[in-house]
Order: sequence, then structure tokens, then C-alpha cells
Amino acid sequence: MLPQRVARLRRLALIGLAGALAVAMSACASERGSGNSATDTFVFGAAGAPKNFDPIFNDDGESFRPARQMFDTLVTYKAGTTQLEGALATAWTPSADGKSWTFALRQGVKFHDGTPFDAAAVCFNFDRWYNMKGAAAQSQMIYYGDVFEGFAKNEGDATGEPVYKSCEAKDDHTAVVNLNTAKGAFPDAFGLTSLSISSPDALKKYNADAVTQSGDSFAYPAYATDHPTGTGPYKFESFDKTNNTITLVRNDDYWGEKAKTAKLIFKIIPDENARKQELAAGTIDGYDFPNPADYSSLQNSGDKVLIRPAFNILYLGINQKNNPKLTDVRVRQAIEYAINRDQLAKNKLPTGAYAQDQFLPNNVPGYTQSVQKFGYDPAKAKQLLADAGATGLTLNFYVPTEVTRPYMPNPVDIGAAVADDLKAAGFTVNVVQEPWNGGYKDDVQKAGKQDIHLLGWTGDYADAGNFIGTFFGRQKAEFGFNNPQIFSAISNADAQVNPADKAKAYEQAGVLISQYVPAVPLTSSPPAIVVKSNVNGLTPSPLTDERFYTVSKG
Amino acid sequence: MLRFTLRRLLQAIPTLLVLSILVFAWLRLLPGGPAGALLGDKATPDNVASMNRIMGLDQPIFVQYFKFLGRVVTGDFGNSLASGDTVISEIGRRFPATIELAVCALVLAIAFGIPIGYLAARYRGTLLDNAAVLTTLVGVAVPVFFLGVLLKYVFAQKLGILPPSGRQDVTIDATHVTGFFVLDGLLTGELDASWDAIKHLILPSIALASIPFAVIVRITRASVLDVQQEDFVRTAESKGLTTPVIRRRHVLRNALLPVSTTIGLQTGLLLAGAVLTEKVFNWQGLGSLLAEGIERRDFPRLQGLLLLAAAVYVLVNLLVDISYAIIDPRVRVR
Repeated sequence: MLPQRVARLRRLALIGLAGALAVAMSACASERGSGNSATDTFVFGAAGAPKNFDPIFNDDGESFRPARQMFDTLVTYKAGTTQLEGALATAWTPSADGKSWTFALRQGVKFHDGTPFDAAAVCFNFDRWYNMKGAAAQSQMIYYGDVFEGFAKNEGDATGEPVYKSCEAKDDHTAVVNLNTAKGAFPDAFGLTSLSISSPDALKKYNADAVTQSGDSFAYPAYATDHPTGTGPYKFESFDKTNNTITLVRNDDYWGEKAKTAKLIFKIIPDENARKQELAAGTIDGYDFPNPADYSSLQNSGDKVLIRPAFNILYLGINQKNNPKLTDVRVRQAIEYAINRDQLAKNKLPTGAYAQDQFLPNNVPGYTQSVQKFGYDPAKAKQLLADAGATGLTLNFYVPTEVTRPYMPNPVDIGAAVADDLKAAGFTVNVVQEPWNGGYKDDVQKAGKQDIHLLGWTGDYADAGNFIGTFFGRQKAEFGFNNPQIFSAISNADAQVNPADKAKAYEQAGVLISQYVPAVPLTSSPPAIVVKSNVNGLTPSPLTDERFYTVSKG
Repeated sequence: MLRFTLRRLLQAIPTLLVLSILVFAWLRLLPGGPAGALLGDKATPDNVASMNRIMGLDQPIFVQYFKFLGRVVTGDFGNSLASGDTVISEIGRRFPATIELAVCALVLAIAFGIPIGYLAARYRGTLLDNAAVLTTLVGVAVPVFFLGVLLKYVFAQKLGILPPSGRQDVTIDATHVTGFFVLDGLLTGELDASWDAIKHLILPSIALASIPFAVIVRITRASVLDVQQEDFVRTAESKGLTTPVIRRRHVLRNALLPVSTTIGLQTGLLLAGAVLTEKVFNWQGLGSLLAEGIERRDFPRLQGLLLLAAAVYVLVNLLVDISYAIIDPRVRVR
């Protein structure tokens, strides 16, 4: 009898346990979500973690987003545009030869550590970049290398003569940056997030230059990981790597308009679908680069899809090296005639995308209507191919997979549409798909294995050289041509100091490029950023340079 | 017992060595490399080539391997390229998250799997049995990521009763001591943080538990059915033992032998399942660390993680063998 009683008791206990579980579950159900209701905290869903917080060692959007809230640059871009406006400098003047820039600095500005911002601090930053030691550190200063070309002592891949010469603090509020050569990228490039101004005291205290290498990996100094110290509207509080959140707090001593929310949190959510669901559940207030396919469902849920002005180029690259027929301009023109760019912009890209006839977005000085235009004309393409004796020409068409970029949300779809157009015009197309991180860029940009390929570029600042110069400024394995006339037209444009002269020179370079057809410009498309309906004050930037201090939550 | 354990531990060393070679070679055979991902989109091909040289990735693979092995034996797995932190600290930081999730999923799978499997066998052929078998079929067939997205859609997006992803609400200012968020809340007295962590645990645990639950139900059911036919059960009945005693002492205990082996194997598979579950639920554990590492070709991180996973797998199998030896004394004697 005893075992039976025990069994009965056990059964009773089990039922009790199940009951308790049910009560616990229902209690859980009665509590509504864990939505973020605090109106003084803005939570943004980031797609990835920043590499570190020292802007000079970074070149990607995920690292720049928090940096832009904590740091200021000498000049910046007016919200929602690519036009320059003052930031830490209130005025900037070039010398007649463009080799010297004088900055009148804003007064009364303090770094987050309480030290004053002045001309000595500006020069300390420029000198720090120029004198950076070690291949490990230099090689990760991509933007510095791009703009200033060389270091005091080149130890990494930079082999060029440095553009930077020296910096003088004329007085506390006047800094003069001297260059060895004039460069068209200035003054716009002074606004690059990489060239943010840090507190000299903090740089020294936290050993900011000590990027160390062990085998195939790198370690970053405390400045870059835990103590970024700028002058921006938010201050660094913590990077909780256990919960993958970055917390910034309002800088109450900010020189400009104070941040509207006391806290700014970046929650790192690598999966796009997870970001979307978090927005729907209200656990984040916004995220970047929503999939164009989700625009309407987001809008139907009441979210605000803020479309940025388009500031990128998608192009079909042509590599003349592997295929002798491609050295014939008629064949390259045939490719350009064959592609229906209006349809591509309309069907394969988000609303607001437009067909391109040159390698510049229409809001950059240097954009011109004088370029040679090749509208969609498959008959003409066939005719040109026949004239060149290249009918049925086989093209190895490299298309990237497992990637979305603002200029190509879905490269596989875009590639298929382009391939269809080319086939209809009499080409034989052999599509080669390759993962973006699986060697695509190596193969097309370094090895030049392709005949044609899809690639693009998002601009960093409103300088034509940042687009055209990047693509066609010199001989590259990606395009496999050598055209000194184009190269010198671009370098001549880049050396112009006067903005009007620079624009004119780039227009001329643009015309030359359009006649030569080194590649086919396809489209420019506007990426978006999405926020909840109660979020106000966010201005979408063509440069993805959104500042969150103006954001409030209703 | 000690000798048995030591022997098994020594056997693990060559296994791990061979695995280290395989992992190392596999990573370097993958197209694309870490330099491109490290430097970002704005890097030129020259920047990437130079970075490859700086990182020593242009050296012969065996040279790279021996350098790597030399560092590993001193406990240096290098620094993650994505975060700059040492791989050991990254793993240490993420380990509690995965353990928290895996333990929770395993407890769910065992707590529901064994009783349901047992009941299905006991009431064989009834509606209960059929329902259990059908559930296990669905459990095995539905991919974890689909189930995860579905659970999130229903419970987070539509009903709004559970958080969609992450481990803890970002607006909760929680103190983290051990990295086990539920435990941390209890230790520091921040019960709201603990409760919030539990709510975050529910959906991913269910998603991750789905497959081991189904497997445990099926194995338990089959095993109980087998054991019920054994001679010793008939002997026990003829001795006049009561049914509950026979079921508990003779049927269930013997039927649990294959189940314990299965649980061991499932623990290994849980780690694999955690990669998907963690990605879907943005769970900051080793699985999501691995997934991000693969996307970015983060060699140091991947080497460290994969070797750790292999070591854990070997260890779990060892533990299973030991538990087998405890449950069934014949194993020890042999």
C-alpha cells in the first residue's frame, strides 16, 4: 500500500508543479513586453559592432555611427546635404596656391575630459596622424592614406609622398595646416569622420597610438576601446560587450544645441529580420538600411521610412585586359546601348533611384549634361557589335552574392536583368557568381579575372574626385586600360583650388570618360533609415552622416 | 574509474591536434580573407594586399600553422579581428550566454521529452501516443530558424508578451557579475533584471529545445517499449512487485540508458543549433560569435572557437561515458 500512497503523493506534487508553472507563465503573459518607453533614451539598432572608437583607425559605417555622435570635425556637412558648414572651425580659407588652409576655431569649446579645444589641439591631432608609427596602425588608417597619401615614415602600404606638411598654431584660435601639394579633396575631406579631433590629453593618457600586433591579429589601445574623448554632443559611457550595447550620454557642456535625449544606446543586431522585429516590438526606435522590400510594410505599421538623397553610383565595370574585343570602343558602346537603365532603376532598385549617364550623382559639382549619352537602343548595340566583328562575343560577367549595399540592394537580381539585356543585344553572357566576402572583390579588383562586373561606390564627400578619381584616376586591374588623357584630366581637376574651376575641370573629365566608356554607369539609388512614428527630428543624410542629438521621442 | 577517466582524457589530445590542423587548413582554403573584411569597403586592393603581408597571411600555410600552434600552446589564441579583444576574453564573455541558453533548452527538452516519451510508450496506440509521435516529427522537421522567426512573430510582434531578441532589455541598468544574466539578477538583488532575462530566455530556449525534445521523446518511447518486453520485467511481475515499482526501478531505469547517450550527443548538436538560434534571436553567445566570425573571416576568433567547440564535444562525450559507467556498472568492469 505504501508505494501506492507515495505514487499518489508524487502525482499530486506534479500536478501542483504544473499549476505553478502555468501561473508563472500567465503572470509573464500579463506583463506587456519590455518595450522601451523612456522618452529620454533613443535606442538605435546597429547592424554590427564598431571595430573600435578611434575614428582614425576606422572606415566603416558601423564604426562611424557612434563616433559621429561623440566627435566633431573642423568642418562638417549641413544636415541632409553634402554642403559644408562650420563645426569646430567657424571659417576656413585656402592660400592662393591651395597649399595652406587657415582655420578660425570656435571658442569656448571643451573636450569631454574638460580640457580646452584650441589650435594646439588641432595641430596635435594632425601631427599625430602624420607621425603615426608601425605598419599595423598605418595600414588601418584607410581614409588618412586616401587623403594624405603618406606618413612621416611610411611603414605600411603607403608609398606616396605625404600631402601633409605641417600645422601651426598661430594663436589659440587659429590653426594653419600646410600641405606639400594642393588637393581638390579639400576642404570637403576635412569633414571626414576619420579626421575627427580628439583630446590630446586623452590620446596621451590612454596611449592612443599603440596598435599592437600578435601573429595575424591586432590589439587596440585603451583610447580606442574605452576612452574615446571628443567634443561631440554625446559622451562615451560604456560598451557592454556581454549584452552588445553601446551607451552614450548627453554632453551637457556641448558647444552647440544640446542633445534632446539624455541617453543614446546602440543595440547591435546583426540580423536584418531581427532588427525589423525589434522595431515592431518597440524594443528599438530605429535602424539603418531597411530592405526596400519592407518599405511598405514598415510604413503600414506607422513607422517612418526616411529616404536619403542618393549619393552613390552602381556601375557595370568593363575589364579590357582579358578580352581583346573589349579594347574596341564600339564594343564597349554596344554594352552601354544594350542596357535598359530606366527599367533597372524602376524595377530592381528602391523608389527614388534614377538611371545614370555618368559616374557622379547629380548633386556633386562636376555633374554635367554635356556627357555623351547612350540611351537604351538594342538595335544600335547589335549594329555596333557587328561593325566591330564581335557578334556573339562571350563575356564573363562577375556578380557578387551574399551582400547588399546601398547602391545595390540585390546584386543577383540586378545582374540577371543586365545579363538579359546583354543577351538580347547579341552578347553571350557567362554569369559568374561569387560571395562578396568570398573573394569577389579580390577577383575583380586585384586579379581582374572578369570581362564585366557589378560594383559601386558610396561617396564620402561632395568632391567629384571622390567618385571619378577613385574609379579612373589611374591604371587599375579592375578596368585594365591605360588612358593618359583621362588620368591627366582627372589629376588636373583635382589640383584646382577654385571651386568653379574644379567643377569645370571635372565636367571636362566627365565628358572624356563618357566618350571612352571605361565602364557603364548604371544607377544612383537612395538608401533609407527607419524610425518609429514617435521619433522626430532625424534628418536623413546623403552621406549617412546622421546626428542623433536633434532626435526626440514623443 | 580514475584510470578510465585519465585514459579517455589522453585520447582527446591527438583528436584535438588533428582537429586544429583541419580547422586551420579549412579556414585558409575559404575564398576571401580576413584582411578585406578588417579594412572595410573603402580599402583598395593594395591596402588589402599589404594587410595580408603584415598579418603574415602570404606565408606558406605550414609556417602559419606552426606559428599558430606555438602561440596556442602558450595559451595565446590571438585577438579577434572584428573586436580587437583577445579571443579568450571574447569566448569567456560569450560562454555564459550559450550555456544559459543550452542548459535551459536541455532542461526543457528532458523535462518534457522523457515523461512524454514514457507516457507515449505506456499508452501505446492511443491518441496521446499518436499526438506525441506527430509532434516529434514536426519538431525534427521544422528548421530552427523558421521556428524562431515564427515564435517571434506570434509572441513578440503580434501578442507582444515576450521580447523578440537579445538577452536583456537595453534600458535595464543591470549589473553583470557572472555573465549568467538570470543568476546575476539573483546575486545582486536586481530581480527585475533577472525576470527580464528569463523572459528573453523563453523563446530561444523553446526554439533550440525543439529538436532534442523530439529526439528524446522518440528514443524514450522506443526504449521503454523494448524494455517492457524484457525477461527481467516478466520476472519482476511474477515476483509480485507492484506496477509502479516495476515501472520505476526496472523499466524506466533500464530504458534511460540509451536516452542518456542521446542526451550527450544532443548536447553537441545543441551547440550547433545554438549558431542558428542565437543568430535569429540576437543572443550574445558563442553561436552568434561564430556566425559573425565566419562572415568576417575572423581567423583568430574562428580558430579559438572551433577548437573550443571540439574540446567541449570531447569532454561531453567523456562525461556521457562516465555517467554510463555509473548507471551500468558492467561498463566499468569491462
